[in-house]
Amino acid sequence: MTMKSSTRQVDGVTIVDLSGRITLGEGSIVLRDTVRDLLSKGQKKILLNLGDVNYIDSSGIGELVSAFTTAKNQGGELKLLNLTKKVHDLLQITKLYTVFDVKDDEASAIKAFGK
Amino acid sequence: MSSNRVSLTLDSTLETVNNAEETAGRMAAEAGFDDEEIMKISMAVREAAVNAVLHGNAYDPNKKVMLAFERNDKDLVIVIRDQGKGLDAGKIPDPLAPENLLKTSGRGIFLIRSFMDVVEIHPSQTGTELKMIKHVRGNADSKEAPQ
Repeated sequence: MTMKSSTRQVDGVTIVDLSGRITLGEGSIVLRDTVRDLLSKGQKKILLNLGDVNYIDSSGIGELVSAFTTAKNQGGELKLLNLTKKVHDLLQITKLYTVFDVKDDEASAIKAFGK
Repeated sequence: MSSNRVSLTLDSTLETVNNAEETAGRMAAEAGFDDEEIMKISMAVREAAVNAVLHGNAYDPNKKVMLAFERNDKDLVIVIRDQGKGLDAGKIPDPLAPENLLKTSGRGIFLIRSFMDVVEIHPSQTGTELKMIKHVRGNADSKEAPQ
């Protein structure tokens, strides 16, 4: 299953609902293009909803890191929402869980963005 | 003791990466691993295939990736070989070091080592051979139990 991405706006935050696999190739490119497109439009509060992401490889992890640092370098904020156990475990063993701001509730995630 | 061997010679393409992952998942399931272990084995093989296709063979259509699975009562042994310049494992930075945490690449070998029981990297001037072993714990015990 390839990755699908859709965006919606809630209280000034762009929520990106992702589903499928974030892996080398199409999945990573979709994520990269989506985040870059949002930042270029000035949408700098980005919440990546990974609730339906059932698989991620090292390229996908790298793409999440890239999205995080790209947003930060442009004065934005990027947080992660609803990690599946697989993705949670991968971020734990790569020590990235504490680097990302990870939320498990959409409403509180939106409130956590700076005004 | 039973044994099962599968060998594949694959092109240096993204399809090979997916093919390697799928084959690994199938072999791991046949060996009796649980879902979590199957995921780890198939992901380790995917990462190894990515290394072979991208970093080893650099997508060169003239270079192949050799992938072999051998299953016996104790182990699932997986060997993947490329025809690249040879990976210097000593030069791979530690992805968990604070200065490397935000790097966008360099986690493949770390994940392979995290997911497999034994990992051996054998680089040479004609390519890199990566050998991965996962012990078949539950299966080996049950087959040795008295009838």
